[in-house]
Amino acid sequence: MSVVEANKTAQVGVPDSWEPKVIAFCCHWCTYTGADLAGLNRMNYPANVRVLRIPCSGRMNPQYVIEALNKGCDGVLVCGCHPGDCHYVTGNYYARRRMMIFKRLLEYEGLEPERFQVRWISGAEAGKFRDTVMSVVEQVRALGPLNLTREIPQFELPAVPDGQEAFNAVPEEVMPEEVSA
Amino acid sequence: MMKYAYFPGCSAETTGKSFTISTSYVADKIGVELVEIPDWNCCGTSAAALTSPELAVALPARSLAISERELPGLDVVAPCAGCYRSLKASLAYARESQENRDQIKRIINAPYEAKADVLTLLEVFESDDVREAITAKVQRKLRCLKVACYYGCAMVRPADVCECDNVEDPQQMDELMRLIGAEPVSWAFKTECCGAAQQMTVPVQAKPMIERIFQNAAANGADCIVTSCPLCMLNLDMREAEINAARVARGEEPFDIPCYYFTELIGLAMGAEPDEVGIGIHFHPAKTLLLQRELDALELEYAENEARAAEERKKAEMAAKIAAKKAEKAAKAAAAKSTDVAAEAEEVAR
Amino acid sequence: MSRIGVFICYCGSNIAGTVDVEAVAEMARTLPDVVHVETNKYTCSDPGQEGVRNAIISHEIDRVVVAACSPRMHEPTWRKLLADTPVNPYMLEVANIREQCSWVHKDREVATAKAMDLVKMAVAKVARLQPLHSTEIPVHKKALVIGGGIAGMQTALDIADAGFKVTIVERETSLGGKMVMLDKTFPTMDCSACICTPKMSEVGNHPNITVKSYSEVENVSGYIGNFEVTIREKAKYIDYNLCTGCGACETKCPQKVVNDFEQGMSERTAIYKMFPQAVPAKPVIDAAHCRKLAQGKCGVCAKVCPTGAINYEDEDKLTTETYGAVVFATGYKLIDWKPLYPEYGGGAYPDVITGLQFERLVNASGPTEGHILRPSDNSEPKDVVIIKCVGSRDPNKGKAYCSRACCMYSAKHAHQYLDKVPDGRCYVFYMDVRTPGKGYDEFYMNTLHDGAQYIRGRVSKIYQEGGKLICKGEDTLTSQQVTVEADMVVLETAMVPADGIDELAAKFTVGRDADSWLVEAHAKLRPVETNTAGIYLAGTCQGPKDIPDSVCQAGAAASKVIGLLNKDVLQSNPQISHVNEAICQGDGACVGICPYGAIQIVQKTFRENSRKVTRPVAQVNPGLCQGCGACTVTCRAGAMDLLGYTNESIMREVDALCQW
Repeated sequence: MSVVEANKTAQVGVPDSWEPKVIAFCCHWCTYTGADLAGLNRMNYPANVRVLRIPCSGRMNPQYVIEALNKGCDGVLVCGCHPGDCHYVTGNYYARRRMMIFKRLLEYEGLEPERFQVRWISGAEAGKFRDTVMSVVEQVRALGPLNLTREIPQFELPAVPDGQEAFNAVPEEVMPEEVSA
Repeated sequence: MMKYAYFPGCSAETTGKSFTISTSYVADKIGVELVEIPDWNCCGTSAAALTSPELAVALPARSLAISERELPGLDVVAPCAGCYRSLKASLAYARESQENRDQIKRIINAPYEAKADVLTLLEVFESDDVREAITAKVQRKLRCLKVACYYGCAMVRPADVCECDNVEDPQQMDELMRLIGAEPVSWAFKTECCGAAQQMTVPVQAKPMIERIFQNAAANGADCIVTSCPLCMLNLDMREAEINAARVARGEEPFDIPCYYFTELIGLAMGAEPDEVGIGIHFHPAKTLLLQRELDALELEYAENEARAAEERKKAEMAAKIAAKKAEKAAKAAAAKSTDVAAEAEEVAR
Repeated sequence: MSRIGVFICYCGSNIAGTVDVEAVAEMARTLPDVVHVETNKYTCSDPGQEGVRNAIISHEIDRVVVAACSPRMHEPTWRKLLADTPVNPYMLEVANIREQCSWVHKDREVATAKAMDLVKMAVAKVARLQPLHSTEIPVHKKALVIGGGIAGMQTALDIADAGFKVTIVERETSLGGKMVMLDKTFPTMDCSACICTPKMSEVGNHPNITVKSYSEVENVSGYIGNFEVTIREKAKYIDYNLCTGCGACETKCPQKVVNDFEQGMSERTAIYKMFPQAVPAKPVIDAAHCRKLAQGKCGVCAKVCPTGAINYEDEDKLTTETYGAVVFATGYKLIDWKPLYPEYGGGAYPDVITGLQFERLVNASGPTEGHILRPSDNSEPKDVVIIKCVGSRDPNKGKAYCSRACCMYSAKHAHQYLDKVPDGRCYVFYMDVRTPGKGYDEFYMNTLHDGAQYIRGRVSKIYQEGGKLICKGEDTLTSQQVTVEADMVVLETAMVPADGIDELAAKFTVGRDADSWLVEAHAKLRPVETNTAGIYLAGTCQGPKDIPDSVCQAGAAASKVIGLLNKDVLQSNPQISHVNEAICQGDGACVGICPYGAIQIVQKTFRENSRKVTRPVAQVNPGLCQGCGACTVTCRAGAMDLLGYTNESIMREVDALCQW
């Protein structure tokens, strides 16, 4: 059974109180600023979206999306600066390429395209932020809850050694005598 | 033996007859075989483009498709610049995309893959083999003939279709002319439009276009104009008299600038009689200049020979003088020696 | 075991009006590792901040979450506050419950639930943060200016006047650049040399400025505050300590060379000064043309030199110095129009000249001593055609951009010509006349008044007939063909970046646009900075501009440099990429992706499985890294991480959010 089919069967028992959960990864320099501006302008948009701040859309790792979908989000939105406007010169170009390929992969896996969207919203486009959030939430609401029947194997991060001393692999040259002996 | 598919065009047997005659004469001599495309049709020229863009690409494509089927592997030569431009534009369109090719195939109802290239005659003559063959066959160099090479507009434009790297100052014809001993002049109207298309409709605008081509050729010291386009040729050669009449009426000097196809001059250099390569059927008298320049060339040759002989005489005289001086010196030395010997002998005797 | 303190702000009624702050606080108390939760009417106020400080001490808090307004508003405030406490300033997370919660939602229940989630998320993230420390980067209080034209000189003077040492690297043998070639400057018609040469000598004599003429940048390494630059000083074959600049050598040198300064319109000797007022005022030997150096015969200059300054054995000298800041003032050149415009003769007609050649023709110290005489026969042209936008605004043949200065200097050329040849006629073919600038349009109107004929259209062809240059064009205002028989044609050609700019900019990792102009950090807000910290732009290297604009930008660049050099040390941003060398494969995927050239692959020796292993690993230069994180995603091994936004902290944030 594909993900979509599983989803459709799962729709049957959706409680009335169900509200879609959408997570928005926003670039600090543009969309996060735009979201703040929406607040300053007292715009209203559904509370189904939670913004997670990243320094640049180029920082956006696809594994975050997998984690979000795997742990119960119904939709993911990634927002960056308009192409050509990146604070870090080229970050959003990388994001555009990566997210495009990743989106295709997700769609190949059976995820509805509406559940993973990428948008370019500048710091001045508060209205665009609000409209985007509204439309994504509505699209996801129409699809119903994302019910994954099979576990997407959780991506395990490389083990980060505990404590400050192992924070860095210690290069030979700076090792004390007794350790290297 | 180089072999090409040959697209004669509608002027080949009519207004451009001498181009056809001279081309076949030269092609024979240098071993280029031109195989006429069977059942070729009109290239459409500017009239088709004005009617419909599809027609403009489909008409030439039909001939090219026939060539592709009947003469596979041969590139197509179109001596007429107008035909060349139409064929080349159609080819460029076909090569742009599969969709375009499919569209053409639908219209002409025949298979067509746009494989063969379309060439001007000048491009055929560009190859090293042809150059060598021409050099080998030249019997008399057309020395003293100052030519203004006139390429016309259709062989170089649009630049991206014609893949011409020097739209303003092409050199192929100039190099051929140098090869047969003629002297190409540097002038500014090599690729200027002769106004052929407008001569009937707006002669007021079009006549001066011809006149200033002659004007610039004359100003740069050209004896004649050499062309590779039958339409330019017709336009210039036929209307020179008309232009001259107008000039005389204005009190200006008339021009006496005959026009030739470059193949005519190459044929001439290969030893053909003017009539053999179609020079006898021009509108503006074209033989006198050639005779005149032939005489000039002979004179020049004579003068050069004289000068060379004089030089040699001078050298010989110089050598003789030096020899004489040397001999004198030697004699003196010998005499001195002999007197010395005599004196010695005298001494001894004493 | 971390000890997290959560501080939730009412922000008066801004937050509390929509969010039940006490309920959020109640929830926060249940979160793992949270040891203290506090609400406050205004957390950012002095008493509010004092409360945070006291709580940190009394509850031994080591991580702080502030739920209040946007971090874009007060994150710096909290960081500053934490700097005075035992908590590391980077062990902080701000939950944005105002701009992105209370202000955009009306339903109290919904907004409170969301605020709770945002706090959960912040707590989850802050638990995974590591203390970060900014390092101090020393600043070498010395600036390097590349290019000694008007922009470079102005930058150098401004920096030097502020008390810092400056080195100017100039490729040519003298300072002055293009400005010193010009005759007069629009719109005031000041004599260019009269205002440029004093600047040159001021630069030459300034105690804080070192001029390295005939020199080029060979190599660069380092980063802001610490650029290590190697400069190649080309062999001058003259000992400048001995040379007095008397010029005896120049008068006796037998070798004649085309004079580039005079735009090829006269000759100079092989030992030469670029022009009489050159700074340094001492000659060099042009090794390519000198008979002694090329053929080993001659040596006249050595014989006539009264001080014995000539040294035929001289060699290029390489010097390396450290600079805190670098300013590009590399300028422009005129586009080589000849191959692009065969319809204008492609260089075959000697009387078709460029604007810069006209400047020399009209200049009193130029090849004709200021008489406007055309190059072919030294006669005075009575009909002059000026063609604007040759190579500019012509995407088919030249450049798509407008070269900005040409409208004004062509008006100046027309004015100068009509001034010097009162019975002459001047025709200007133009596409548009663009004269924004103080006094500019008035100047153009004056030129029209002088009698210059402006014809709106481009010239399609120029050819020579009977000693005249026939210019054919179209007057697009009357839709008529126009033919002008001219004696001389002046082409106002496009500005393009100076030769070698691509190689030089690549050495400094400065970005270029499609036309090789250097790219500023932000078109509007950071016009003189580049994306590489510590490197600034002045003058036409950034794009075509006229002298006033170049000087303005030079001053702006200088002020940026002064601001930087004024600091003894720079605080580095610690939120940068970090390599886990234990798992780094050294494949360098991160190197290519970094827009700042901040990552290098280095060989390092490690102890692995009780053996010494030397292998390549990535190394991040903290001076260059700006913390965008593009490299972290590209790393296949997952060895690259962004401090402050680590993979783990973001994943835990996601997890926390998903619990809602």
